[in-house]
Amino acid sequence: MAKITYITKSGETFEYEATSGNLMELAVKNKVPGIDGDCGGVCSCATCHVHVAPEFYGKLDAPSEIESDMLEFDDNVSEYSRLCCQIPVSDLVDGIKVEVAN
Amino acid sequence: MGISDFPDAFKGTRETKGVCPFNDQNDPVAMLLRFKDVRKAAHDYKSFISGAKPGRIVVPSEVNIRETRQIPFEVDPPEHTEYRALVEDWFKRPLQPEYEAGLERIVESELERVLRKGSIEVISELSLPIQSKALTLLLNIPMEEAKTWISWGVHVFRSEDSDLDGEKAAILYDYIDAEIDKVIENPDDSLYGVLLNSEYQGRKMTKEEVKGVLILTFAGGRDTVINYLTNTLAYLAEHPEALRQLEDNPELVNTAIEELVRYFSPLTHMGRVVAKEKEVCGHTAKEDTRISLCWASANRDEGVFENPNEVVLDRKMNPHIAFGFGTHKCLGATHARQLMKVFLRVLTKKVESIEIIDAQENIEDWGAHQRKVGFDSLQIELNPKK
Ligand code: HEM
Ligand code: FES
Repeated sequence: MAKITYITKSGETFEYEATSGNLMELAVKNKVPGIDGDCGGVCSCATCHVHVAPEFYGKLDAPSEIESDMLEFDDNVSEYSRLCCQIPVSDLVDGIKVEVAN
Repeated sequence: MGISDFPDAFKGTRETKGVCPFNDQNDPVAMLLRFKDVRKAAHDYKSFISGAKPGRIVVPSEVNIRETRQIPFEVDPPEHTEYRALVEDWFKRPLQPEYEAGLERIVESELERVLRKGSIEVISELSLPIQSKALTLLLNIPMEEAKTWISWGVHVFRSEDSDLDGEKAAILYDYIDAEIDKVIENPDDSLYGVLLNSEYQGRKMTKEEVKGVLILTFAGGRDTVINYLTNTLAYLAEHPEALRQLEDNPELVNTAIEELVRYFSPLTHMGRVVAKEKEVCGHTAKEDTRISLCWASANRDEGVFENPNEVVLDRKMNPHIAFGFGTHKCLGATHARQLMKVFLRVLTKKVESIEIIDAQENIEDWGAHQRKVGFDSLQIELNPKK
């Protein structure tokens, strides 16, 4: 069981618990504003872009080249940017906070 | 080679040169073929503009048969941003459960109709009716209207022997003019009505602007969706195991719809006009000449996709650009994806097997390269589930 917090552009906070799937699926299921997940998680749309809280960023597996290339062209990119369809739910991310980028 | 194989037409030139020259009506186009170059150029809307003379970014160019600017397609930021914001939410309606249920009713009744016949020509008897009826949902108008569009036949914007037939195109333009006038008389909650009521830069949208959005909605969503549906049926006919995998594992649909659109890339490429001279992939793109973004070639780039010429229905990493990339990425993608999801679901439920009887390929001619994009006709036999 992992607790995941999303903070939207307008400053609203959404908290959920999950055991499987990824951070995009969880957000889409709960209609978190700003995370659309258009491509269903195959890394083709960048509508799941988030900024991961710095203390958690380093704990995650590094993004793949495909993900990094995708982020290179997106708006509002920071050094903590990730496509959250590429972050699986696991104990590793328990307590994670992510800010929705767009 | 199977009927549902779609060869990578651009491989050699993509790997050796990266750019393919194509002469179109004395307004040449340099086609960009590599994934990275295509994405980069699509992102660089300041150097490579869409807001040129109406019709010019389309290949073959439509400057001689169209004056209306297609919106938001032939507009650049910042104007593009405001136009697009006006319609963005409308084009996300396909995510609503009622919309999905509406698509399901359409696909079910169309499939039941052809299953009773057994043997059909897919494009005219199935893909065109489904595409047309589904479009009534997107426009939020009575389904009756689809009859008119179906009666135009597949080649509304092109005649059989010419890609650019002004008289054919006029049928659509006159139809849209008349529909807009009707809604001005009797306002409603269709896309026409909503647009006529929208404000752009603090004033009402003009008739010409509304027409520009609607021409695009009709044109952009017709051949693309028809090829997406038809090619998918050809694929499933030759891969009965895929039909069963999709049935046994409903989750597979999510990656399958992305993989099928990557593999078929129903829109081969789209042009841009060079605003300021720039080097791309060793080619000097001179001011006021054209380049094009070849989505179809980029989607087979071996540097990005493993086994690019295979359909891998559960491909996990699939950064395809079949729906474009960046500023102008496809507005109709939500509709197209939802339609394909529903189509696969209903098909696997109702159909036992599909046999191909006859196929005439539709081959596009891009100078040095010939690309199969779909079929001119596809005759199949559908066997229902007991
Ligand atoms: C499988 C089906 C489809 C494919 C492969 C497809 C492909 C594309 C591509 C590649 C672009 C980018 C063009 C560019 O960058 O210049 C695009 C834009 C667009 N498409 Fe689609 N399309 C499909 C279905 C649809 C449908 C169903 C509609 C609406 C009925 C639609 C409406 C549009 C519009 C309005 C744009 C322009 C967006 C803008 O300029 O901001 N498309 N499409
Ligand atoms: S959902 Fe499309 S890239 Fe993450």
